[in-house]
Amino acid sequence: MKETLERLWEHWITQDLLVIAGFALVFWLLRRGARNERWQRAFQRMKRDRSGLISLAVVLLYLGIGGLEMLRIPGGPYGTRSILDVFTAGVAQEKTYSAPLADELLNSPRHEKLNGRHLLGTDVLGKDVLVQTLKACRTALIIGALTSAIYVPLGALLGILAGYFRRRVDDVVQYLYSTLASIPEVLLLVAILMVLGKGLGTMALALGVTGWVTLCRLVRGETMRQSERPYVAAARALGQSHRNIVLRHLLPNVMHLVLISFVLGFSGIVLAEAVLSYLGVGAPVGTSSWGAMIDSGRSELARDPAVWWNISAAATALFILVLSLNILGDSLRRAFDPKRT
Amino acid sequence: MFNYIIRRLLYSIPILLGVILITFTLDSVMMTPNEKASRVLGPKAVGKTRTEWIHNRGLDRPMPVQFVNYVKNLVTFNFGTTWVTGRDLSETFLQGVGPSLCITLPGFFAALLGSLGLALFQVFVRNSPVDRVLTLFSVALMSVPTMVYVIFAQAFLALNLRYFPAYGFAYEPGMLRFLLLPIVIFMLINIGYDARLYRAIFLEEIGQDYVRTAHAKGVSTARVLAVHVFKNGLIALITLVVAQLPKLILGSLLIESLFGIPGIGSMLVQAIQTGDQPVVMVSVFLGSALYLLSLIVTDILYAWADPRIRLS
Amino acid sequence: MSTPLLEIRNLSIAFHTETGVVEAVRGIDFTLAKGETLAIVGESGSGKSVTGLALTRLLPEPPARYVSGEILLEGRDVLKMKPDELRRIRGNRIAYVFQEPSTSLNPVFTIRWQIAEAIELHRPEVCDVDAEIVKYLELVGIVNPRQRMNDYPHQLSGGMQQRAMIAMALVCHPDLLVADEPTTALDVTIQAQIIDQLKVLKSQIDMAIILITHNFGIISGIADRVAVMFRGKIVEQGPTAEVLRNPQHPYTRALIDCIPKLGQRRKRLTTIDHAALEAL
Ligand SMILES: Nc1ncnc2c1ncn2[C@@H]1O[C@H](COP(=O)(O)OP(=O)(O)OP(=O)(O)O)[C@@H](O)[C@H]1O
Ligand SMILES: [Mg+2]
Repeated sequence: MKETLERLWEHWITQDLLVIAGFALVFWLLRRGARNERWQRAFQRMKRDRSGLISLAVVLLYLGIGGLEMLRIPGGPYGTRSILDVFTAGVAQEKTYSAPLADELLNSPRHEKLNGRHLLGTDVLGKDVLVQTLKACRTALIIGALTSAIYVPLGALLGILAGYFRRRVDDVVQYLYSTLASIPEVLLLVAILMVLGKGLGTMALALGVTGWVTLCRLVRGETMRQSERPYVAAARALGQSHRNIVLRHLLPNVMHLVLISFVLGFSGIVLAEAVLSYLGVGAPVGTSSWGAMIDSGRSELARDPAVWWNISAAATALFILVLSLNILGDSLRRAFDPKRT
Repeated sequence: MFNYIIRRLLYSIPILLGVILITFTLDSVMMTPNEKASRVLGPKAVGKTRTEWIHNRGLDRPMPVQFVNYVKNLVTFNFGTTWVTGRDLSETFLQGVGPSLCITLPGFFAALLGSLGLALFQVFVRNSPVDRVLTLFSVALMSVPTMVYVIFAQAFLALNLRYFPAYGFAYEPGMLRFLLLPIVIFMLINIGYDARLYRAIFLEEIGQDYVRTAHAKGVSTARVLAVHVFKNGLIALITLVVAQLPKLILGSLLIESLFGIPGIGSMLVQAIQTGDQPVVMVSVFLGSALYLLSLIVTDILYAWADPRIRLS
Repeated sequence: MSTPLLEIRNLSIAFHTETGVVEAVRGIDFTLAKGETLAIVGESGSGKSVTGLALTRLLPEPPARYVSGEILLEGRDVLKMKPDELRRIRGNRIAYVFQEPSTSLNPVFTIRWQIAEAIELHRPEVCDVDAEIVKYLELVGIVNPRQRMNDYPHQLSGGMQQRAMIAMALVCHPDLLVADEPTTALDVTIQAQIIDQLKVLKSQIDMAIILITHNFGIISGIADRVAVMFRGKIVEQGPTAEVLRNPQHPYTRALIDCIPKLGQRRKRLTTIDHAALEAL
């Protein structure tokens, strides 16, 4: 029974459905949010923010590439392969390192010719670095998505409850996050990962458990402010249930904070993934991630001649994604709250 | 004021207990004594050695007793020994503080000055193209993972150009050559993040009424920023600045380990890589204790900086 | 006739905000002689504060833009001055008292520090700064000034804070004091005290005053002339007594009707019909 379930879980159709469901959920949430007047005004402002639009385009590009790598179809030597594999099937395989755009292998005494040209060269196994870099998007996206799926609902819910009910609830929530916030983040992450072991799932869990504090604080503050508004008192006076007030009135008014934190948090998660993988408590060995590429690239830089393209490609890809997410988050914040630039 | 500090201290106790509960759970609940024993003694150690090891550490006692002992040991700074090297933990931490501070203190002050200057300048030229470029620059600085800074600095400045030694540490007159690169990198990493926060704080102050009063008096814009806005902004800054205290003492994991600085950061990285769990757990406790201490320092500094608190 | 102290010609100011352009001031003219007191009266949002702040170019630019006109201070256009020239006028020739004393004073400096800053800026020749501060604090009716001057703003009551603001404004002997609703944030008895203080000061110091208010009730004993502002325009101006006795513009009449009169039971609150006024 358990085995069947596991097989079902690992089946490419299930995985694909999960990916599609994830994308659909984010899309649906954005569409729902966009009905809110405040969101519409913010989107109008976003349209005039050039840096915001550029960074949005970049982020979408990464999402697209990661999505292509996540969606699997039957075929290839391992039974299934990703759609990205299909697109890049024509890229030649070499024996080992070759420099960007070189036409022979690196350090080859017999001047061995390459099977093709590689914009960013090839790595130790002769794989095209550009393709490897693109494939590593998947790890960043999976970690980001899993972590967000844990901390966003947790932080938003606790924040709203604390801000709305106050008193005891607030005391408990405040105690929880004060305690977590008192621990330096890296150390807590490392402590959890050391006990739970490596893996994308545990890493997402650890990042999720430590990550909800900031969002919770923001949401709690905004909920308190909103709760003082007359419309909440009016809803109460009309005898609306707590559930209704929280879901209909408060939630829509704090969702923009969730969106901004989601975007900025994503950049933090991607960075943390790289650092944790580098420290050796992150992605399991064999996962293609930028952190792992940077890690192996360190010794490659010391070779003679230095193999700089592998690490540079990973670092640049990581940098551009994190930078775009940060800029996008900032510009969302400006769009939703123009008074505070 | 005194009462205030006492209140803070009392408020710290449940939080510290919560933190200890977390590490205890990770340490003793999530891991059975047998798992621990095999980690430390190796999987082959069986029978008597194993039971003895477990018994000596009290790991066969009931959980509540273990917890009480655990708390007792931590708050008396009796941290025990590491798993891998078997060295005394308190001693190891104390030894690491010096080298860590050699990097973090100068780096912290450089970053503080740099980001304050940058933030004030950006507020001075706010909403201009220069401001926007500098903001982008700050965001870029904080979007680079630490190890990338270190690896590239080592590869180009130290190994290729030989401006600095790539690695090492020594307490000696010429030690600055070892420290310069790590300090600069520590500064760069912090500047981007801090400058953005400080800029936001100063911008918030700029909109206050007292700023208009100062301008109406004929005070120059530079002086309004450097004196009026700065002193008010300082109060908001204190929390952010003092909250960095744990980071200073615990050092920077990546910078220290990559540059071979024998500080707490390096020690932690080593512990992480060898699975030396007690080192990490103790550092979680110490980090939290230092953070709570920094909150108390914050309160004292608040009172010093803000007459509204001092005189009430 | 000699040049007046201040002459405003066809001044228009607009704010470029995200939602569009707000024309806060639309082509106003007025003059002010030396030592004269002008009251600018109008409802909230009519552009009074913008006019007052514009006199030394204190509005934040952007969003503010001086669309047209001249602000002549003894014949020199303030709008054409360089930043350091402006600084020499601010506080020195034209000084301000703002509406909200509790936020307008810098919370982290003592009263003495804040007044001393003004003295050091514009009157570097003063040797005994403390004595000068005490003199002015006494002048504005602060008892025990020697001790009070070492207080921080939050240690003073609202009325005391406003008196300190006035002392800070007077200490550089300005030719013009712009008091922007100096009493609105205070409670009624203190309001009367502050206005009385201004009257006393006016008789002692040779200085012009622009008193900005939305309350016709407080201007009668103090203002020589009054200008009534409505939606960025001056709809009526003239000697105070005349305007009060025989208001020409219906808006002025409506504002005067708003003054609560002692012993008269009001049947209904006067409201101002904007649509009808706009049509005029
Ligand atoms: N910084 C600003 N940005 C945008 N618009 C502004 C700004 N300052 C003032 N305004 C606009 O200028 C108009 C006039 O404002 P002003 O402050 O002069 O009114 P007021 O007559 O002083 O009213 P009050 O009695 O409320 O002080 C207002 O409609 C306001 O919207
Ligand atoms: Mg006003």
